[in-house]
Amino acid sequence: MGELWQRLSAPFTALGRAVLQSFERLGHSTLFLLQVIKGLPAILLRPWLVVQQLYSVGVLTTVIIIVAGAFVGMVLGLQGYNILVRFNSESSLGTMVGLTLVRELGPVVTALLFAGRAGSALTAELGLMKATEQFSGMEMMAVDPYKRVLAPRFIAGVVSMPLLAAMFSAVGVLGGYVIGVGLLGVDGGAYWSQMQGSVDFTDDLMTGFYKSLAFGFVCTWVALFEGYDSVPTSEGVGRATTQSVVHASLAVLGLNFILTALLLETS
Amino acid sequence: MISRRTTEFLVGLFVAAGIAALFMLAMQVSNLSTISLGDTYRVTATFTNIGSLSARSPVKASGVRVGQVTAINYDDQRNQAVVTLSIEKRFDKFSVDTAASIYTAGLLGEQYVALQPGVEDDTLKDGDSLLFTNSAMVLERLIGKFMVNKMEQ
Repeated sequence: MGELWQRLSAPFTALGRAVLQSFERLGHSTLFLLQVIKGLPAILLRPWLVVQQLYSVGVLTTVIIIVAGAFVGMVLGLQGYNILVRFNSESSLGTMVGLTLVRELGPVVTALLFAGRAGSALTAELGLMKATEQFSGMEMMAVDPYKRVLAPRFIAGVVSMPLLAAMFSAVGVLGGYVIGVGLLGVDGGAYWSQMQGSVDFTDDLMTGFYKSLAFGFVCTWVALFEGYDSVPTSEGVGRATTQSVVHASLAVLGLNFILTALLLETS
Repeated sequence: MISRRTTEFLVGLFVAAGIAALFMLAMQVSNLSTISLGDTYRVTATFTNIGSLSARSPVKASGVRVGQVTAINYDDQRNQAVVTLSIEKRFDKFSVDTAASIYTAGLLGEQYVALQPGVEDDTLKDGDSLLFTNSAMVLERLIGKFMVNKMEQ
């Protein structure tokens, strides 16, 4: 009887343990974030560390962002033209490309690519540092890893993301222009003027900017936490890297819905 | 490992490119370059139907943008829409009998207010209201009228 009961209740026990563990991790990661934020003022003493991280987080991600932006813009140009030409309103192509990129695709696709390119690198780096006991070494030398390692990476991620998203949208708009105006013969003046007529500075452009700022915050937070909290084995680092990308992407998509619902002005 | 100077240079380039992209989005893609009108004066116009006119729709004279719609209200005393137009101060030669019409740019494009100057010598001042207005053409109503005419024939 006792054995049967145990076997029946096992799945529920596991479920409960998983739920409790995920809450524990959430709390742990929040405390971790507070610690990182507490370490932020220290970067003013060593700005070079931030420049270094801006290089590995931002500069190295630029190429993939620009290439992806160009192709996304070109696809929007092609697809948008094919839909709009049915209604004889292909001159609104600029509106469609501009709004789609600035509001949604710019921040979201940039954040997903950022999580894959920069976030995973951050996690792997921190995981390896932990596996080789570099953090313990630092603590032995009275160097605070939060100030020395985590804070510069965090600020670099938060600063890079809006800049990358802006590049993505700008290149995308130009890609749409190349396809729409150059290849398919939409009027160039109409492309820009219709875009300017419907893309609002505060409602659309700043919304996208705030979104990308929030995504940069979340992606970097997840990446740093997964790395710092990883199991210090080669397997653990590998799993942490995967989880970093998965969790950051899911967080970005979920947060995007919430932010859109909050920021979208229903007119 | 690349040198410190190269890193600094590339990071500088990256930040500059990001800010340039933001600037390009603000000036070329959004309406920031057209939103600021400078000094304006306000006149009101009443329409029986404004179609899909909205705040920030352009106000044009001879096709040239001279201002924008800043507010739309409904006057329930007269059952009409009251549209407030902000016109740039440098265009202060519109006569008091200027007519305002709501037109559509293209068949499905955005709607705008077109001003047609009259013949009077007096010019519009801040707070004036326009005497002559033409409402928006609503496609459904046009089609409806056309159908009725056809059936009567």
